[in-house]
Amino acid sequence: MKFESPAGRNPIDQGRVVGVAQPRIDGPLKVSGLAPYSHEYHAEAPGVAYGVMLGAGIGKGRITAIDTSAAEAAPGVLLVLTYKNAPRQFDIGHAPPGSPAPKKGEKPGRHNAPQLQGPAIKHFDQSVALVVAESFEQARAAAQLVHVSYAAAPGKFDLAAEKQHGTVPEDAPDSVVGDFDAAFAAAPTTVDVTYTTPDQAHSMMEPQASMARWDGDTLTLWTSHQIVHWAVDGVAGTLGIPTDKVRVISAYVGGGFGSKLMIYGDPILAALAARQLGRPVKVALTRPQIYNHTSHRPATIQRLRLGADSNGKLLAIGHDVWCGNQPGGEPEKAADQTKLLYAGANRLLRTRQTLLDLPLGASMRAPGEAVGLLALECAMDELAEKLGIDPIELRIRNDTRYDPEKGPERPFSTRQLVECLRTGAERFGWSRRDPVPGKVRDGRWLIGYGVAAAIRNNLTVASGARVRLGGDGVLTIQTQMTDIGTGSYTILAQIGAEMLGLPIDKVRVELGDSSFPQAAGSGGSWGANSSGAGLFYACRNLRDAIAAKAGYNSTDVQFADGRISANGHSRSLAEIAGHDGIAAEGKVEFGDLTKQYAQAAFGAHFAEVAVDSITCEVRVRRMLSVCAAGRIINPQTARSQCLGGMAMGIGAALMEDQIVDTRFGYFVNHDLAEYHVPVHADIPDMEVIFLDELDDKSSPIKAKGVGELGICGVGAAVANAVHNATGARIRDYPLTLDRIMAKITVPAVA
Amino acid sequence: MKAFTYQRATSPAEAAAAVAGHHGARFIAGGTNLLDLMKLQIETPGHLVDINHLGLDRIEPTAGGGLRIGALVRNTDLAADHRVRRDYAVLSRALLAGASAQLRNKATTAGNLLQRTRCHYFYDTTKPCNKRVPGSGCAALGGSNRNLAVLGTSDQCIATHPSDMAVAMRALDAIVETTAPDGTARAIPIVDFHVLPGATPQVETVLQPGELITGVALPPPLGGTHVYRKVRDRASYAFAVVSVAAVVAPGTLRVAFGGLAPKPWRVEAAETRAGADAIADAAFAGARTTRQNAFKLPLSKRLLASVLADARG
Ligand SMILES: Cc1cc2nc3c(=O)[nH]c(=O)nc-3n(C[C@H](O)[C@H](O)[C@H](O)COP(=O)(O)OP(=O)(O)OC[C@H]3O[C@@H](n4cnc5c(N)ncnc54)[C@H](O)[C@@H]3O)c2cc1C
Ligand code: SF4
Repeated sequence: MKFESPAGRNPIDQGRVVGVAQPRIDGPLKVSGLAPYSHEYHAEAPGVAYGVMLGAGIGKGRITAIDTSAAEAAPGVLLVLTYKNAPRQFDIGHAPPGSPAPKKGEKPGRHNAPQLQGPAIKHFDQSVALVVAESFEQARAAAQLVHVSYAAAPGKFDLAAEKQHGTVPEDAPDSVVGDFDAAFAAAPTTVDVTYTTPDQAHSMMEPQASMARWDGDTLTLWTSHQIVHWAVDGVAGTLGIPTDKVRVISAYVGGGFGSKLMIYGDPILAALAARQLGRPVKVALTRPQIYNHTSHRPATIQRLRLGADSNGKLLAIGHDVWCGNQPGGEPEKAADQTKLLYAGANRLLRTRQTLLDLPLGASMRAPGEAVGLLALECAMDELAEKLGIDPIELRIRNDTRYDPEKGPERPFSTRQLVECLRTGAERFGWSRRDPVPGKVRDGRWLIGYGVAAAIRNNLTVASGARVRLGGDGVLTIQTQMTDIGTGSYTILAQIGAEMLGLPIDKVRVELGDSSFPQAAGSGGSWGANSSGAGLFYACRNLRDAIAAKAGYNSTDVQFADGRISANGHSRSLAEIAGHDGIAAEGKVEFGDLTKQYAQAAFGAHFAEVAVDSITCEVRVRRMLSVCAAGRIINPQTARSQCLGGMAMGIGAALMEDQIVDTRFGYFVNHDLAEYHVPVHADIPDMEVIFLDELDDKSSPIKAKGVGELGICGVGAAVANAVHNATGARIRDYPLTLDRIMAKITVPAVA
Repeated sequence: MKAFTYQRATSPAEAAAAVAGHHGARFIAGGTNLLDLMKLQIETPGHLVDINHLGLDRIEPTAGGGLRIGALVRNTDLAADHRVRRDYAVLSRALLAGASAQLRNKATTAGNLLQRTRCHYFYDTTKPCNKRVPGSGCAALGGSNRNLAVLGTSDQCIATHPSDMAVAMRALDAIVETTAPDGTARAIPIVDFHVLPGATPQVETVLQPGELITGVALPPPLGGTHVYRKVRDRASYAFAVVSVAAVVAPGTLRVAFGGLAPKPWRVEAAETRAGADAIADAAFAGARTTRQNAFKLPLSKRLLASVLADARG
């Protein structure tokens, strides 16, 4: 079904199950260890062998010699693969045989990830060998016996040094409205500031891991992936086999944050080894390998130039972004939110991407916005301070009802930024903030308040589902949609229950299997809304089929309490389904409502921090996030998404930093002891408020994404609070204590 | 990880002899450091001697009025012991500032003293590191060294000793007790226990091959106010950026620093100076900093001033 005109009233609006807080239906499986992750299937793969990947020890260059003899002779070893004996695979540019032509702007075979294809080393921890043995311990011991010699070549590892070579990325052209230079030059108040954000690691709990089993020429791959059909495409494309010969299962995924949108060494090496050995093979990456073998959020340098009149109205908005990546890697589109967040007649947004030889940069939770807002929302704070206007008031004065680049012809479908800011200010006690830094103290602690606006573009993606009502009255939902810890199982059960008038315990949800209908998957916050919409249509088709089988006219039937009723008659669904059951499929495709309407979720984040005036350690004391993100399908799981985003935002503000060693070309802090993410003690009292909102232009279920909105702007609110506490304006993230100590303007209190 | 053989020792003498008798053998206590290093191929022992069953897990009074802590006493138990909390609060506080509850449940007194540095390059076998491979060079000198040492370093190595517990023990003048493979016992004042890197950064203590730590003796209680303040990059579960262990009593002061040096850093002669700045200046004489870690000195000074002001009320 094509969704191309605003949704009318439909069964989701009943709000019987949808919109009601519902604990995760997969929770008991998770906490009892019964939800299998990809490395934890056993019965499916008798006689499994274990592969351990070895990564390159240099940042760039080539292998000059590789000696596998000791490894091959080690106990239990079955196979050692290197570029010398690995089968030929296909790189990006080669779609799986027989697959349809790629969509416009998409490269064929764009998910391919060939391994061990030659002596060239493009980045540290690129795979250079796979050692397979009877046991994991044997494989790990033998992997250390593979001796690789390298000739290192000079590489480009320093974004600041390379940035002048940047070029305009294909998918991030300059965006020019009005005359920025003239308006900025003439503006009475300006800020011209440069912020930097470091490389960051997704740090999800479950490492990338895969198990491959061949049955004849058909591969079954249990792997940890966010979008199952992308994994199918990537594996089939790399191996050069048709997609219908690959089945991918990602029933449970232990977090992703974008890192599992791609495939890396584990599925390909597992598949190659399993084929060669004629038995199943498991390959899991180690935690250190995740940092340099897989992808990360790339660093940015961002220059913000804002010019305003004396009332704070923005006259000129300039946002220049520099980023770097491997050849073929995408830019970090950190200026994207600046297109839509504030009004202003003269605008200039530019992205310059340069080549770097670091590991691949790619999507991490709210790519673009997450780091763009770290800069933009602090620059707005700097502007507010210069103007002597309250930061919330400045943002409200620059609100816009329409896409500021396209004009009034493209209004926002919904936009409650001002309401988010006002509600938050009231609930947080913003009026207690002293705009002069360093005024509020609590013993030796300096207290500061900060705010930031949040915006995340609402993306929608085609998605399908299959539903079946059984004679036991149970509705079974099958879709390729994944649950990466977000709550997809639960919200899809809610939608199914709502549509069919069933209690939620009469709904069974099966996810993450490529033998199910293709779905949106989990990425870009599009999962809940898109897969929910696909399920909506599947359920609508099922309702029609049930009504037809029951002999009811489908336009005026009611589904409630496990029964269908019309005109005073009523029958049980279980009885109508009967022995054979009734099945239906449905799919959503999205028309051009996103072109007609700017669609985004909005929010406002508030932070209270305490900074130790002696040590400059920052402790966030309190946070509030107010979100307007369409229909909130499940306030409990949505709240958890926001809390997770806020925790990650604290990490971005205060500690997350993949330190680049520009001599060797790699991230040096490659474990969870040294790459810091917030721990429980860093996470304070947090609250989330969702404003009432339905977005009928977004989808038939009128929802939007929340998972990424939760992180957008959080770090800037924290950084603004640190400034308010200490007077220190730090423009290089993260705000570590040494950086604060270098700039603090408030004297220490013992 | 290299394959290894395993032996469960039943007496200290047997344990010491077993390690002395196997080339490259190691004791294993809580395993929280050793096993990580083995998985990363940084330590490659061919034989492990398990010392968890030697009866060295008790805390007992000493004849001289102090306390003897068995080498295998878990960090959690040591921190919670009522005598430690009452008489050696600085030690309890230091322990609780370290690692996480799960790690402290496994980590032992001796293992904590012997934990290796957290230098990034020590942890990466593809990089030069004189401590891991003597003579290979020091990748940290021109690389990422924000959290490395500013005192007691050499041109060969600038790693810190990352323990919190050891800093408090240094302030308390603890004594490390050992048994050698031939059965002789030694008592090593903690000041002499860890050695500076000099030209041999792979040597970190005065222990001889096979020498087993049996316990740590604390001298009689000092009284006074006990403070341990640890500065770190997140609220918990992070190694110290810098830390201060102080015992402050009228007319006397003991202060040891963590995060600054390859061993707990204490300069007794500095403790008699007047004022935090003078103490710090004397204690930090001869410091060598890098661009990234120079902040540790002013930070430690600020911290010391604050700790002394708090302690003296
Ligand atoms: C993520 C993480 C965070 C941490 N954070 C902190 C922190 O903030 N502060 C802190 O202080 N520590 C921290 N630690 C380190 C922790 O305290 C040590 O790992 C622990 O104390 C080691 O004790 P163990 O008994 O497990 O030692 P093991 O790993 O068993 O042994 C360590 C070494 O000591 C040797 N050894 C052990 N016992 C004896 C003995 N009786 N005689 C001779 N040799 C012996 C072993 O052979 C080995 O070489 C952290 C560790 C981790 C993994
Ligand atoms: S500082 Fe010491 S531990 Fe670190 S790389 Fe240099 S020699 Fe190795």
